[in-house]
Amino acid sequence: SIRGDPDVASAVAAIRSLLEFLRRDQSETILGLRENMTQAIRRLEETDSSVAVSSGGELFLRFISLTSLEHPDLSQCKNVMIERGELFLKKISLSRGKVGKLCHTFIKDGAKILTHSSSRVVLKVLENAAADNKRFTVYVTESQPDSAGKRMAQKLRKLNIPVMVVLDAAVGYIMEKVDLVIVGAEGVVESGGVINKIGTYQMAVCSKAHNKPFYVVAESFKFVRLYPLNQQDVPDRFKYTADILKTVKDLNQEHPMIDYTPPSLITLLFTDLGVLTPSAVSDELIKLYL
Amino acid sequence: MGDRLTASTMLQNEGKELTKEEKQRLRKEKKQHKKNKKDDKGPPEKEKEKEKASVPAPSKPATQSPAHKAAPAPVHASESAAAAEKPAKSKAELRAERRARQDSERTSKQGKKEGGQQSASSKPKATPNELQPVVKRLPEHVQVDDPAALKKLAKKLERQQVPLRSDYGYKVSLFSHLHQYSRKSPPTLQISIPATVIHPSIVRLGLQYSQGIIAGSNARSVALLHTFKQVIQDYSTPPNEELSRDLVNKLSPYISFLSQCRPLSASMGNAIKYIKKEISNIPSQCKEEEAKGKLQACIDSYINEKIILASEAISKYAIEKISDGDVILVYGCSSLVNHILCKAFEKQRKFRVIVVDSRPRLEGREALRRLVKKGIRCTYVLISALSYILPEVSKVFLGAHALLANGYVMSRVGTSQIALVAKAYNVPVLVCCETYKFCERVQTDSFVSNELDDPDDLIVTRNGKSHLENWQTVKSLGLLNLVYDVTPPDFVDLVITDLGMIPCTSVPVVLRVKNVDQ
Repeated sequence: SIRGDPDVASAVAAIRSLLEFLRRDQSETILGLRENMTQAIRRLEETDSSVAVSSGGELFLRFISLTSLEHPDLSQCKNVMIERGELFLKKISLSRGKVGKLCHTFIKDGAKILTHSSSRVVLKVLENAAADNKRFTVYVTESQPDSAGKRMAQKLRKLNIPVMVVLDAAVGYIMEKVDLVIVGAEGVVESGGVINKIGTYQMAVCSKAHNKPFYVVAESFKFVRLYPLNQQDVPDRFKYTADILKTVKDLNQEHPMIDYTPPSLITLLFTDLGVLTPSAVSDELIKLYL
Repeated sequence: MGDRLTASTMLQNEGKELTKEEKQRLRKEKKQHKKNKKDDKGPPEKEKEKEKASVPAPSKPATQSPAHKAAPAPVHASESAAAAEKPAKSKAELRAERRARQDSERTSKQGKKEGGQQSASSKPKATPNELQPVVKRLPEHVQVDDPAALKKLAKKLERQQVPLRSDYGYKVSLFSHLHQYSRKSPPTLQISIPATVIHPSIVRLGLQYSQGIIAGSNARSVALLHTFKQVIQDYSTPPNEELSRDLVNKLSPYISFLSQCRPLSASMGNAIKYIKKEISNIPSQCKEEEAKGKLQACIDSYINEKIILASEAISKYAIEKISDGDVILVYGCSSLVNHILCKAFEKQRKFRVIVVDSRPRLEGREALRRLVKKGIRCTYVLISALSYILPEVSKVFLGAHALLANGYVMSRVGTSQIALVAKAYNVPVLVCCETYKFCERVQTDSFVSNELDDPDDLIVTRNGKSHLENWQTVKSLGLLNLVYDVTPPDFVDLVITDLGMIPCTSVPVVLRVKNVDQ
């Protein structure tokens, strides 16, 4: 059911199922409830090992417990938590729209945009820009090994936006033609860097070399408390899909699905908390988590 | 003028502390003298302790509001607030301002205990042309080439009966605004024994600082706090005085003495701020023994929380960043970094360490000794071999003396060089620092505020010959022995604090959160 609805982010679906789990949970104490929730989050991470699911789950847990749970009756506490959970869910369902509204003003008329792989948030942004009667062309990288870029191109064609699919190896070639680069993110880390589909780091380095702005669009539930120093510092459970982690013995033979882009290469991040510079991400994280 | 000098010198020779009446008399004479003197010094302000001058405004109201009839004694006595960077106003304007203010001050003081009102009225008047109500002055220790500031310091030390230490040797012109002392002439030479003004354990501590026996910011802070515990233990409130106000005043000459021995570090400054706040928060109805016990418990908990437990928390975070097969580079001897490496080794991580060292302190040898004793595989190089060794390194761990509010890291000289070369080789640089070392100062270069160590340390004897022995005779030769330098945040990838792992640019956020907590 998580892969069923293509328009919903996997993290949102995960949180929806967590909320349902909370409703049906039978534990007697708040501590037991929390333990069950953490276990549930871990199970979800096992099925879909994306950064967003893990960060979304943790934020959900924090959000619902961030209220005074001083009621003597457990069921009352649970109701409070469920209420907060629904509020959280509503907020994050709206977050994509907020990001789209913020970002589309940065796309000028006649712009040439480069994007990487398939991101629903970027799609929303481009949709908003097209609805605003702006003319622009989009270059999408093919993004192997799953050819997600081709799916993105199809969706954009449906919106009547001129789009061209380029090879992953052609990023350096195409960079001089484009005006700006917009990518989505699977996770935003504490340093202000992002974790995204493999090939994003390459694109960021190229855009820095050509002095093109590199924008990242992400919802706030993707903020995660990781701090990778370099590519190999990203934990293995995010780099590979869950089925590969379970079946394969030697991970060195496998190809990672994501990479880490350091904050020095990112110009701005568009989130539902506002337009942030990479250094402001840490401030926001401190506010969210502390 | 002559009368005042004889009075004060007579008292000093007796080695007794000035009584309240004598202090008041001195104060009146000084004020008379100042009224007659025609100079365009800035508007008078309350004399702040030297270390507080580099500390921001919020701390000032806390210590100045408990103004008391007796407390103004050392405070009002020094109205010679000569900040060198005051904007130039017309002399007549200043004089009129000052006279009006002195009149109002005198009437209010003689009438009631309205010290608090006076502090509020003097400070806004101090800067009529500036928007903010508080003026930050340059601390004395970076104004050594300004004779007015030196005179002010001399007067203050004379009043507190603390010996003034004189500078030694020729100073390189870029750093002529800093003190440069010689280890061979400690300030304790000028103190008579038994010293009744300065507590003996403070004298001992000052000597340990100036001779370099206690070095390293954590060690210095802990030693300072333990000594203060001893001072509080031996303290007894004089009659008609309140502990919360009198004890703070007793501590000021000690602090001046310690900063004469060796300039205070940022961590020591924060510790002193904390103690003063705790002391002034003691309620007046508290009995002496109870108050003393409370203060000692506060100090113990400060040491425990901010230093010991913080280093445990930092080790936990840091160990996550150490993976098997790592080659870690460390510089000098940082107690925190050594602790992290020892803990990581206990947790069975496989790594090896490269210790980089530099003259004249050669602190790396101490770090090497500690790590080898644990059984960690180490390599030892001098800093000149840095670019040779860096391609082998996977991570750099650095300690910090202080973290400034704009994200710059102040640490032992040589650190910024290591960070620069590591950046060029794309090696991640991690700085480990407890939050009590976070400082609200802002500095972008290593010149403005630094410490000059004894230049004679640079003299090296090899094969029986010491070439620099007679460096003082060569007029064009200056020896520079810097202690600290400042690393910009672009070179630092990660700062590990007890609050977690933060980027270097988030230091002001932590400071803000800390201030909210307090």
